[in-house]
Amino acid sequence: MQEIEAIIERYGAERRHAISILQDIQARFHYLPKDAVLHVAARLRIPLIDLYGLATFYNSFSLTPRGEHVIQVCLGTACHLKGGTRLVEALERELGIREGEVTLDGRFSFKAVRCLGACALAPLVVIDGRYQPKMTQRKLTQIVARLRRVREPAEAAR
Amino acid sequence: MKIRTGEQLLMLERELRMAHDHKPCVRVCGGTGCRARGSEDVLARFQELLERKELGGSIELKFTGCHGLCERGPLVSIAPSEIFYQSVEADDVAAIVEETLEHDRVIERLLASDPVTGTRVRREQELPFYRRQHRIVLRLNGVIDPTDIREYLAFGGYRALAKTLENLTPEEVIEIMERSGLRGRGGAGFPTGKKWRLARAAKGTTKYVVCNGDEGDPGAFMDRSLLEGNPHSVLEGMIIGAYAIGATRGIIYVREEYPLAVGTLQVALEQAREYGFLGKAIFGSPLSFDIEIVRGAGAFVAGEETALIAAVEGRVSEPRQRPPYPVERGVWGCPTVINNVETWANVPVIIERGPEWFASLGTATSKGTKIFSLVGKIRNTGLVEIPMGMTVRELVEEIGGGPPPSREIKAVQIGGPSGGCLPKDLFDLPIDYESLVEAGAMMGSGGLIVMDDRTCMVDVARYFMDFLRDESCGKCLPCREGTNRMYELLTRICEGRATESDLDLLEELAQVVKETSLCGLGQTASNPVLTTLRYFRPEYEAHVRERRCPAGVCKALIHYVIAADRCTGCLACVSPCPSQAITGQLKQPHVIDQSRCLKCGLCLEVCQFGAVEVV
Repeated sequence: MQEIEAIIERYGAERRHAISILQDIQARFHYLPKDAVLHVAARLRIPLIDLYGLATFYNSFSLTPRGEHVIQVCLGTACHLKGGTRLVEALERELGIREGEVTLDGRFSFKAVRCLGACALAPLVVIDGRYQPKMTQRKLTQIVARLRRVREPAEAAR
Repeated sequence: MKIRTGEQLLMLERELRMAHDHKPCVRVCGGTGCRARGSEDVLARFQELLERKELGGSIELKFTGCHGLCERGPLVSIAPSEIFYQSVEADDVAAIVEETLEHDRVIERLLASDPVTGTRVRREQELPFYRRQHRIVLRLNGVIDPTDIREYLAFGGYRALAKTLENLTPEEVIEIMERSGLRGRGGAGFPTGKKWRLARAAKGTTKYVVCNGDEGDPGAFMDRSLLEGNPHSVLEGMIIGAYAIGATRGIIYVREEYPLAVGTLQVALEQAREYGFLGKAIFGSPLSFDIEIVRGAGAFVAGEETALIAAVEGRVSEPRQRPPYPVERGVWGCPTVINNVETWANVPVIIERGPEWFASLGTATSKGTKIFSLVGKIRNTGLVEIPMGMTVRELVEEIGGGPPPSREIKAVQIGGPSGGCLPKDLFDLPIDYESLVEAGAMMGSGGLIVMDDRTCMVDVARYFMDFLRDESCGKCLPCREGTNRMYELLTRICEGRATESDLDLLEELAQVVKETSLCGLGQTASNPVLTTLRYFRPEYEAHVRERRCPAGVCKALIHYVIAADRCTGCLACVSPCPSQAITGQLKQPHVIDQSRCLKCGLCLEVCQFGAVEVV
């Protein structure tokens, strides 16, 4: 909660900063934890429903935690024309989840996003923040398989 | 160090230029495309090598904004010889340092080649991609280091601001804008000078200028590249605008999805304050003005000006009825001028070179240049700036280099989800606001997506409708419901379940949504549908009457088959097939079991002999 407090302090506990505060919380935790949102509502003295409204209206926010590995498939126009949708389908098959979900073991989540502005690389997939240009279904399933095998060092030691 | 007078500024400019001249300079492109291809590693290798060879003092190394030719990244240009290297990898750096920098020799294999003549080209300007462009706004993109204000100053940066504050009245500035004929680059094309005049006349003690950097169109990255590559040109434009309308506060609304642009802007704002271009008594004048950044949280509709205001105020980004227009009641109820990134960046150039010069570029009603992001089924994907009035054909064929090998361009889509598709027999259309609207498209913010014979126009319309129904804010019924119903109809067509009457219904619905929606999003949402119906009706009819997708895209209407005469029986497609639909033995033609086939297209992707066909 201290961290949340520090984020609120950065802007001031005013309603007009609600979006910025939520953005920073999202950036820190990669989703909006329930407690954090409750705390912000109390500190900014605004109804929870208003924050919920913001959190569900804007694409940047997520109310569920993400997976250990985050995969974004670009579905901007150029990527769509060059087969982005097929990559989404391939991932759905490979991971056994729908777009926007997290695998049961919490290891993968994937989302389709609208244009990352790197159209020369279409179709583009971003895996854990790394741009993977000119993606194919084959390459993508291979990358996922590799990530599945490689455990985080800390986790492997346990 | 605060700059107080135009004279001080000029002296500093001269000083900075002297320090930079004569020295060879290596410019590594730090645009998004090149970074994704590893230009950061290229830069790091240069740094390391120059240091090791103790060349750091005699050779300048810069990490610049987007050069434009994203297709061939990472790009490296070398001054003063103007050698232009493409697809440079970290491992090429040693050779570049040794050969080119130390011994003045050109490395042939890293040069670009002219697509027509096939000869290797040494200089950027010799490539048709650059030769046919007219770079005014982008002139310093790829030249300067965007994180160092001194670079912008060395090229005459903030000179226009000094001229404005020392020699021009706000009235005169507005007059210059009007005479220049500059129109909004965000899409609608409202005359900038007129907007400023209205805001100046509006009553209010506090006024705002806002930069709309909520570039939401899929397939567009002009504003991003400009903010990342030359942020001060935008700031300078905004400060001049603030003086003209009497604003004290500025806001840059920029997508959070562009973290690099946000970071570059933050640095630029700090440096502008340090030099006294923002803050109190700018250039010793009575103008006090500062700018803050507001990060957009991801909502396409926020590009609409009243929805943007709601987002800036921390609310859900929903548009409202106009009038009152933002020039009267904008941010926090104050008179507000909202201009697009590219519009602001044009302002200093117009002040510096004069409205007559600017008005001499372009057509009768569309002046100056326009930046496009040229993407899709085209050889040279990238960022281009062309004079208004250039034809679609020149842009696509000469600058874009035409279609990928053995394909044929069928159409271009201009203006993002609000725009329309233009067929190739309209490619002689000049690119200006009026011609595009007349043809059913619009200028939009500058996304230009090229489509070839493997692109299904019904699928494209469905794609945009999916985007729009998702991004519709839901406030007004025609847009909220209309986009969903149109999406359903388009899906039915793509799946071969539609009837003739569905086509009529689609057309009628599109018209209703266009006429009755509250804001620009809904009013233009029908454009992709209406233009594809207008120019590509036979494609729709093939889906409906013959249950056939001529481009071979719509999944429900296609089959994958293996051509026995071309299949070498290599087994490459057999094991990857996710549904084990392919059977066959080594050196025997394989067969796809249609009842098991998921139509994922993986076999087509892996086959090296072109034996998999879509029918």
